[in-house]
Amino acid sequence: MKIVVCVKHVPDATAKRSFDAADHTVDRAGVDGLLSELDEYAVEEALTIAAAGDGDGEVVVLTVGPEQALDAARKSLQMGAHAAVHVVDDAVHGSDAFGTSLVLAKAVEKIGSDTPVDIVLCGMASTDGAMGVVPAMLAERLGLPQVTFAAEVTIDGTKVTARRDGDVATETVEATMPLVLSVTDQINEPRYPSFKGIMAAKKKTVETWSLADLGVDPSEVGLAAAWTSVQEVAARPPRSHGEVVTDDGDGGRQLVEYLAGQKLI
Amino acid sequence: MGPDATSPLNLVDLDSLLDDEERAIRDTVRELGVDRLRPHITEWFEAGTVPARDLAKQFGELGLLGMHLNGYGCAGTSVVAYGMACHELEAVDSGVRSLVSVQGSLAMFAIHRFGSEQHKEHWLPRMAAGDAIGCFGLTEADAGSDPSSMRTSARRLGAGDDADWIIDGSKLWITNGTVADVAVVWARTGDGVRGFVVPTDTPGFTAREIGHKLSLRASVTAELVLDGVRLPADAMLPAARGLGGPLSCLNEARLGIVFGALGAARDSLETAIAYAGERQVFDKPLSGYQLTQAKLADMTAELGTGMLLAVHLGRLKEAGSLAPAQVSLGKLNNVRAALKIARECRTILGASGITAEYAPLRHANNLESVLTYEGTTEVHQLVVGQALTGQSAFR
Ligand SMILES: Cc1cc2nc3c(=O)[nH]c(=O)nc-3n(C[C@H](O)[C@H](O)[C@H](O)COP(=O)(O)OP(=O)(O)OC[C@H]3O[C@@H](n4cnc5c(N)ncnc54)[C@H](O)[C@@H]3O)c2cc1C
Repeated sequence: MKIVVCVKHVPDATAKRSFDAADHTVDRAGVDGLLSELDEYAVEEALTIAAAGDGDGEVVVLTVGPEQALDAARKSLQMGAHAAVHVVDDAVHGSDAFGTSLVLAKAVEKIGSDTPVDIVLCGMASTDGAMGVVPAMLAERLGLPQVTFAAEVTIDGTKVTARRDGDVATETVEATMPLVLSVTDQINEPRYPSFKGIMAAKKKTVETWSLADLGVDPSEVGLAAAWTSVQEVAARPPRSHGEVVTDDGDGGRQLVEYLAGQKLI
Repeated sequence: MGPDATSPLNLVDLDSLLDDEERAIRDTVRELGVDRLRPHITEWFEAGTVPARDLAKQFGELGLLGMHLNGYGCAGTSVVAYGMACHELEAVDSGVRSLVSVQGSLAMFAIHRFGSEQHKEHWLPRMAAGDAIGCFGLTEADAGSDPSSMRTSARRLGAGDDADWIIDGSKLWITNGTVADVAVVWARTGDGVRGFVVPTDTPGFTAREIGHKLSLRASVTAELVLDGVRLPADAMLPAARGLGGPLSCLNEARLGIVFGALGAARDSLETAIAYAGERQVFDKPLSGYQLTQAKLADMTAELGTGMLLAVHLGRLKEAGSLAPAQVSLGKLNNVRAALKIARECRTILGASGITAEYAPLRHANNLESVLTYEGTTEVHQLVVGQALTGQSAFR
């Protein structure tokens, strides 16, 4: 079994984040980054699937991003992934989901060129962009079935059964490998990298690929190729004080009116 | 906090002294602390106990137990990585760090350094995994700073080296005592002080938990009683002769404390800085007053220099050139500094600081134990004094 996990390096949400003044992209150099928390669930799931059965599954993590993005791959290696691929190319800067999914798809194909990939695993969304569309785009580009937002996964041979929890119903979806699978934060509890894992990670292979290695034309990706463009950015205004309801005997009524007005009840 | 606020250890750029692996280990322990320890620590402290078995298992999975030892299931990290792990654990609570120090640096280290191959193979992998807990029995009711006055004794039952041992005596203030599967017990023999590996289910061995503690409450502290405990000849640690054996274990654990105590100090300081930024007094934040800033700056200087000393001593140890008096210097300075910082931070918190909601007073209470165990402040002053003057002032 060969599993590719797509992981993203995101700015630390607890740090002060800003946008580049020139092109309005997230300033990645000025802030510490880390492996997107939602991708930790994907790494954990991949490691669990790979360890099941005869336990000889191989987990390759794939990350696209600047130099520092390697940290996300490294954390995954520390958790137990076997190898990593880092696609780094200046032309990738500013890519939207279309561009990113193209690079990921080409990289998955290249990873599968020796032994085929059975599962491409993703987190449900990134914690910075939070669009959650890359897994679907990736499946489309690879021509594979997609099972997204899985909260539980069972594997039986090449059959994958997933539970998807919706607002009003729970679906059970089946697909056959190879496929693209995205998992939610309900699926498992990601492990901490063990100290042995941390020390072993240094010796694991990390391949670094450029767009040229993947046969991707730089004009297809990056800020210029993005379907949307950011015109302006502004800091969120500081939180204003909440509305204070003075209770002159009709506090309850006022609260209900407020909540009803906001369509909360 | 203002726009340019920085965390206190950034001012000495501690990160630049650590390698990638050490940072990753530190971050992992910090994360574990935030997720699994901090939510419960007040409750454990107030209850005067800690779920030692459960924690040992979690710590074992991570590789924390005996992490700086090699082989036998141990992770084999650097000394500084071990120190930073202690620092992060003690940032949560000295009691939790004590569990790990005693397991790794006292019990496992004693077996690793002085045990037979059979001792090592039998105990170390289980202890590293957290499936077995160890304790270390040196101190007695009337033998603390002066372990040479210990009364616990081991005698042979019959002649020759194959004869069984009978151990009689008691040990006091033993961390992990009632939860341990194995006790490393030091006893006087005809051949000086020797160490024994005592499975705690051996008939004649009992442990009783010490209650009513005002310090290190999130830790198990016990009295061990050994009443005619009969052990096979091979229960003795073959490679430890005399008090040098237990003292070298203590040196090992002390280095963890040199890093660890300042974890409690850092947590206190971070708490105080955050509080001072939010607390309005006389119409502006407490952090905006010179008196507060003087406190914060002085504490940051103490914390930073103490951590530089800790990392330096750790590197000396990695290079194999660390002398016991240097560890004493580190313990003397850093624990005392940590206690002072924790208390000063409590003043910044005002009345809020006397509740369990804020960590500094809990840390200060804990640090009273840390000041006493593993060699009291006075004992370390005497060690350093002897190194400086060539004169022993112990007696
Ligand atoms: C929470 C806790 C956990 C512990 N865990 C363990 C454990 O796991 N295993 C273990 O073996 N022990 C453990 N100890 C015991 C600890 O190591 C001893 O308490 C310590 O060595 C001091 O011994 P004592 O308490 O008998 O004090 P004493 O030796 O009686 O000292 C009393 C005071 O006299 C001072 N003093 C002693 N000698 C001199 C001198 N020559 N000159 C001047 N002043 C002197 C001391 O510094 C101290 O201030 C623990 C203690 C505590 C509090």
